Amino acid sequence: MQPLSPEPIQSILMSSNEIIVVGGGLVGAAIAYGAARCGRSVTLLDQADVAHRASRGNFGLVWLQSKGAGFARYARWSRDAVDHFGPLARELYERTGIDVDLQQNGGFWLGFSEKEMAERQALLADINAADGRTPFEMLDHNELKARLPAIGPSVVGGSWCALDGHVNPLKLLHALHAGLKLHGGRICNGVDVREVRSLGFDKGFVATGADGEKWAADKVVLAAGLNNDTLAPQLGMHAPVIANRGQVLITERLQKFLPYPTNKARQTAEGTVQLGFSVENVGRDDGTTVSAVEWIAKRAVATFPILGSAKLVRAWGALRVMTPDGSPIYQESEKTPGAFVATSHSGVSLAGSHAFEIGSWVAGVTAAPDGIEQFAGERFLDPNRKFSNAH
Amino acid sequence: MHTKSAAPCTSLFVQSADADAQKVQIHFEGQPLNVPAGISVASALLMSGVRSFRSTPVSGASRAPYCMMGVCFECLVAIDGRPGRQSCLVAVKDGMVIQRQEGASELVIQRAED
Repeated sequence: MQPLSPEPIQSILMSSNEIIVVGGGLVGAAIAYGAARCGRSVTLLDQADVAHRASRGNFGLVWLQSKGAGFARYARWSRDAVDHFGPLARELYERTGIDVDLQQNGGFWLGFSEKEMAERQALLADINAADGRTPFEMLDHNELKARLPAIGPSVVGGSWCALDGHVNPLKLLHALHAGLKLHGGRICNGVDVREVRSLGFDKGFVATGADGEKWAADKVVLAAGLNNDTLAPQLGMHAPVIANRGQVLITERLQKFLPYPTNKARQTAEGTVQLGFSVENVGRDDGTTVSAVEWIAKRAVATFPILGSAKLVRAWGALRVMTPDGSPIYQESEKTPGAFVATSHSGVSLAGSHAFEIGSWVAGVTAAPDGIEQFAGERFLDPNRKFSNAH
Repeated sequence: MHTKSAAPCTSLFVQSADADAQKVQIHFEGQPLNVPAGISVASALLMSGVRSFRSTPVSGASRAPYCMMGVCFECLVAIDGRPGRQSCLVAVKDGMVIQRQEGASELVIQRAED
């Protein structure tokens, strides 16, 4: 599909089942890939490098434990997502030749006090109580040290989930883009979508870029990260996302010492160690600060004293796309059917579900995932509910 | 880009003629090298004809300095037992012992301070 001239939208003959996805990050790319593999004609509109690009600054965990507290459908959604990840990674490798470095044989959360440990146990037990599909194990210092010998004396213990893992998020994004193209999809970069509107019931949608360029299709998916906040209301939906900054540090490449990812450090397939992470509400400032870098480094050395001799090569900040309760928003607009919004700060962990469940739903090949209405953004309009996202 | 040549080429780093320049002795892979004082380890090795500073952790391919200004991390060597040093950022010192950096750095366990 080519950009349309600004004037004669009505005269454009659209082939059926064309889909525009606004946002070329992990959420948009996974949905676009999922729809394209169902045979749909997909155009992915990606903003330029001025975008905040959470997909390129994140921590790379494929994570289940602790997801879905007080939201059973999200706990189940997260479990299904980690189950989808292996098949997605294999399919992407077979089709694109890109190995996303998925390691999914367990991961640890690490605790520094008995109080933290008790709170963690209560949280994980509550989540798993719903359907028993979020299994976990609490380990004291010695039990943890047997599996993760590098921990230091100040680590009191941890929680383990055998379904957790990690991936190279840049390769994942690359593979999704490559896979989308293989299925005939197209990716347009430098498109800063400012306006989306319906052309009337069953007549499709038009997205307009900052430069006035227009793009039309039968369906539109808003996966624009922080910009969903302003785009979703234009199609009768509510996506009140806010920026939440995380800073991370990267070490030099080191010989393998971390056999599993943890919530505080993970060692990549190439040997670098990514150390996380700060949680800050600072608006759209994605910079770094000396105080956060110092705090992350100190905590990393307390966690794994062997890192005391490691050299750091990079630090960066990136912005999480956070909803008030930390859970995703997925919704088809009631007012303008054919328009969808999808937003989540877990674009890595949930990629399998975004491709295989949301993508095929958007494509019209499968029915809406059961209970999807629980993820609608209108939940945040309920004056009787209070929200907390643990960030 | 790879350019392969059977004949060894001379270093692009040539010492400017200065007979009075103060020298220090360093050791690379056991070989003593007399080099001018005050220059970087990377410069000293390049001017001494060293071609391969390290092997990469991913493919094992040979690497040598690229940027000479602390950015590219291609010039890593072990200096006096500490792995993964950026040789372009370290000045030569008399008696310095330098080794190639083979693959990823080994973590040196530091004794806990009491």
